[in-house]
Amino acid sequence: MIRLSWRQFRAQATVAFGALAVIAVVLAITGPQLVHLYYTSVVPCRAQGDCSVATAAFVGRDKLLQALSLVLVVVPGVIGVFWGAPLLARELETGTYQLAWTQSVPRKRWLAVKLGLVGLASVAVTGLLSLMVTWWSSPIDRVNADPFTVFDQRGIVPFGYAAFAFALGVTAGMLLRRTVPAMAATLVVFAGIRVVVERLVRPYLIAPLRIVSAVVPPGPGNSPGNAAAAAPSPGDWVLSDQTINAAGRVVGQDGVIGYGGGRFGILFSPAGDGRMTLQGVGLCPNRFPAQASVAPGGGPSAAFSQAAGKCVTRLVRQVLAYQPTSRYWPLQGYELAIFGGLALILAGFSFWWMRRRFA
Amino acid sequence: MSAALAARGLGKQYGRRWALSDCTLDIPQGRVVGLVGPNGAGKTTLLQLAVGLLRPTAGTIEVLGRPPSDDARQLGQVGFVAQDTPVYSALSVADHLRLGGWLNPRWDDEVAQRRIGQLGLDLKQRAGKLSGGQRAQLALTLAVAKRPELLILDEPVASLDPLARREFLQLLMAAVAEHEFSIVLSSHLVADLERICDYLVVLASSRVQVAGEVDGLLATHRRLIGPRRDPKALAPDLQVIDASHTDVQSTLVVRCDGPVHDPGWTVEELSLEDLVLAYMGRARQQGSASDRRLGVLR
Repeated sequence: MIRLSWRQFRAQATVAFGALAVIAVVLAITGPQLVHLYYTSVVPCRAQGDCSVATAAFVGRDKLLQALSLVLVVVPGVIGVFWGAPLLARELETGTYQLAWTQSVPRKRWLAVKLGLVGLASVAVTGLLSLMVTWWSSPIDRVNADPFTVFDQRGIVPFGYAAFAFALGVTAGMLLRRTVPAMAATLVVFAGIRVVVERLVRPYLIAPLRIVSAVVPPGPGNSPGNAAAAAPSPGDWVLSDQTINAAGRVVGQDGVIGYGGGRFGILFSPAGDGRMTLQGVGLCPNRFPAQASVAPGGGPSAAFSQAAGKCVTRLVRQVLAYQPTSRYWPLQGYELAIFGGLALILAGFSFWWMRRRFA
Repeated sequence: MSAALAARGLGKQYGRRWALSDCTLDIPQGRVVGLVGPNGAGKTTLLQLAVGLLRPTAGTIEVLGRPPSDDARQLGQVGFVAQDTPVYSALSVADHLRLGGWLNPRWDDEVAQRRIGQLGLDLKQRAGKLSGGQRAQLALTLAVAKRPELLILDEPVASLDPLARREFLQLLMAAVAEHEFSIVLSSHLVADLERICDYLVVLASSRVQVAGEVDGLLATHRRLIGPRRDPKALAPDLQVIDASHTDVQSTLVVRCDGPVHDPGWTVEELSLEDLVLAYMGRARQQGSASDRRLGVLR
């Protein structure tokens, strides 16, 4: 059975692993050059201080990397569409399943070998490509220091994407029994689930860390608001930057409160009787001084600023939710587990369905 | 010896439609069995149930004494040539023989090579480029070289031209003579089966209409022609299968275990085709009668 599966798969496998070998050669040649350049241009200038010019020049060399990242993003989907979906759909569509399943090989073994061989090849092609890209781009990633933007193009998660896309394709082909609709369904569902996981699941796989800080309103001279609620280190993944009121309700996003534009462009409006309303939040608990709010040189007066600061500190706080860089690999592990688990569930389902649907 | 194929109350339902219902059969081994019926009668369903490609909704089926199951031994005993004789179009003839060897422990490569040689098929030819007749022969070769005890063929000649049809059936019979397996072969044309079958099953309206040895069936069925009369007023040992009347004359197809003594009838023998047509006609009348009853109920 393994020999038949290989005979049916060998042309596709040859193309895929051939392409992988070509990429490996290119990366093996250019990778060491990149490392050399890193140690000759970036490292010495870092030692001296400012080196934005050198790093920009270094990072600007990543044209090949951009192409590879694109390949790595689409490879699992392509595998699901071209290896997964036709695996059963073509047999069912052309009727050859009647030939295959009436030889002396039990159907569950037939399916196990097919899933095993082609599934393993799917994971191997994608995984090897990911490991090669991760190795090759490590100097550039170190300079960029922003690991979460390339989260799905590095490390171990592509293994999971490939396994899931393949199993999804097989399942779609089994249920739809037609190759082309199964391919389309695989692509749509795979892309959909990837987006959903990226937006709604990945940020919360580990409870995000929070930094709560006071909001400082524009001071005398109309200086910009407090930016203390920035991420503690540059590579961290900021999930949200919210302003909340005393009750914990969100009253602003990304430094915008009420109608005040920009980062903490806070607006007050008179509420009579010497009181002020912090727009978008509510009435200030403290009284504002009666004298002119505008200082002689333009901008708020010192007394007004003091009262405004008191009001803002009482009424709102800034909450920053983020995943620190140190959680990069745990998050990779969890996401791999999610997609790998989904792939196993789909594979189990295909065995169950095969037994139920066909004797 | 266990039956080649035994069914008890076998039925298969697709959605709300029964493709096969209440099928009870006992086909002995060592026969060439013709399964005949109009298109959509349930022939393919019955055969796919027999090889385990489908699972019954009702009743039981046993093949060579055991229910069809997903194990290597049972699968190895039954050869199957599916309708339209599917083969892998991207693989060559030689690849097909190789896959037969890989997938079947009892594979007889010498038989396979010899048959392909006799057919004059090019081993390097892709199966997708073969003609319909050649493809059917390739599928048959795969099934025969597997050395089954029972070979099941679903309309193997339906899409072939008359010459290819005759050639296929001749080679099939040669294979039976050489390897001595039982055959169940379906067709919607009696002419295909008449020459080769010694056992006949008529399937129509998703039910078995009649089943038995061809000689026995021919010996117990007669056509009666005589003055017009009510078929209900016949002798009790005559079972009317089909009746047609003109103003003055009645023509009946009857089943009778002994000779017909009533001198009022002219008694004629039936051809196998007439016999099959009579049962198919009865099935259709019963079908439309039950449709009418349903119409009244609605």
